[in-house]
Amino acid sequence: MSIRTIKEFIIEKLIFICGIASIIFVGLIFIFLLKEGLAVFQTVKPFDFLFGKNWYPISEPGQFGIWPLVLGSLLVTVGATIISVPIGVACAVYIAEIAPHSIKEVLKAGIELLAAIPSVVLGFIGMITLVPWVKTTFHLPTGLTALSGSIILAFMAMPTIVSIAEDALYSVPKTYKEGALALGATHWQTIYRVILPAASSGILAAIMLGIGRVIGETMAVMMITGNSAIIPHSILQPVRTLTATIAAEMGEAVVGSEHYFALFAVGIVLFIISFGINVTADLFLHKKR
Amino acid sequence: MHKIILSMFAVLFCCTSLFAAPAKNSIQVKGSDTMVNLGQAWAEKYMEKNSTEFVAVTGGGSGTGLSSLISNSCDIAMSSRNIKDKEIALAKQKGVNPFEIKVALDGLAVVVNPTNPVSKLTIDQLARIFTGKVTNWKEVGGADAKIVILSREVNSGTHVYFKEHVVRKLDPNSKEEFAADALMLSSSQAIADEVAQNPSAIGYYGMGYISPKQKALHVAKNELSEYEAPTIENVVNGKYPISRPLFLYSNGEPKDLVKKFVDFTLSKEGQEIVLKTDFVPVK
Repeated sequence: MSIRTIKEFIIEKLIFICGIASIIFVGLIFIFLLKEGLAVFQTVKPFDFLFGKNWYPISEPGQFGIWPLVLGSLLVTVGATIISVPIGVACAVYIAEIAPHSIKEVLKAGIELLAAIPSVVLGFIGMITLVPWVKTTFHLPTGLTALSGSIILAFMAMPTIVSIAEDALYSVPKTYKEGALALGATHWQTIYRVILPAASSGILAAIMLGIGRVIGETMAVMMITGNSAIIPHSILQPVRTLTATIAAEMGEAVVGSEHYFALFAVGIVLFIISFGINVTADLFLHKKR
Repeated sequence: MHKIILSMFAVLFCCTSLFAAPAKNSIQVKGSDTMVNLGQAWAEKYMEKNSTEFVAVTGGGSGTGLSSLISNSCDIAMSSRNIKDKEIALAKQKGVNPFEIKVALDGLAVVVNPTNPVSKLTIDQLARIFTGKVTNWKEVGGADAKIVILSREVNSGTHVYFKEHVVRKLDPNSKEEFAADALMLSSSQAIADEVAQNPSAIGYYGMGYISPKQKALHVAKNELSEYEAPTIENVVNGKYPISRPLFLYSNGEPKDLVKKFVDFTLSKEGQEIVLKTDFVPVK
């Protein structure tokens, strides 16, 4: 064997290791989560954990029902989706199909900038401006509500949705558009009836990834949703999300205690949810090709 | 914000000192957010006098400080509550021997917005409010508005103390909890800000956070006793019903640097700093 083939061999293997590293890490993280999180089920039944209505982790004995937290996360996510999807998709359509070149560049730069704002800064701005606004507009006792969280998270999901949806719109073959226009369709009819349906799987993937971003967000929601662990009946009530619970309580939990294991179990639930969302997004993306 | 920046600096400093000077001339103090300002003030004064030594003070909550002490990642834990039996057991398991030093007293103020007509409540009324049995201000003599309960997160010693002494009224068998719809805020400052701008909010925190933007309620043990304001005088003479001791915990009896720092906090000078940061001296 010459030196060259040995060199080749080593480099190939190194690249292979780098390539599978991310999968190994995900696997290790999941194993660690399972190892720490499943221990809670020695004392709490899985059904009581998932659907229990009370989250009082530091009481004696502690009550570990994450149902209010799951609903809190879902409510904030659904709210953010309802706000960000129409705006995000419309923005992508405008950038990809309508905007003149100069405006397009400005818009794209603006959206990238929006993506670069740290979530704690958005949370801080929300706390100072949005929360009092929500309180006075809806005549609520407090502005720290799921709605405030949804609005701020919508800002965070928007860059993801816009940039991926825009890519999907670009990848629609030009001939589709030319065909539609040649048949006498107007510009709007072409967009609405031809380009959007052709790019639908990519747009759906964009939406799913946006949702994935929202559900994993922690700092901003912790600052502005009020964090009370109740089962919410409206979007104008405070909620406590899964992520905020972990962030707020991990510092206190004594390592090896029931509370500590319960927080890891919350982590497993979150992991499963975001894994599901990512897989769905991936399925949509592959359907496109 | 101030505190966060300060603690960031502290972390940064202790990182650099870790790399630069392996010789042990610094101590890590960590824990109660209530005590973080006090700890910083002590550390500054102490380092002024002993310029070769370094004291890093960070917050995070009493529970955070005690878990750091147990896992040996800090030298002194600041705590606004007694260490729990569970934590002692865990510490023993890891070969750590928590040693308790009482360094100051703190009155816990219950605050409302200055526009709120209510200015005095009994412990029993407070318990009913914070457990969600009383939900409207008019039931305790205020305006017709829903009560917005503000509480600290569960990692806070203030939360635990308030739960034991007010919500459960010191009854160890009580199963009472904070109302589920209480808003959980992550710092005393957040509670102060929300109370300042929300006319129907009620919250609690250490006396040091009281400012003219909030109104501290006068509190009575029961209907028959006097309503007392949370002032240093009333805490010292024991008239104000919601006051608590503040502790430092070290691993075993303090020695070397830790002893020097603890002795400083209990010295005349250290106790003057206690008074300056709006807590109550023990000596």
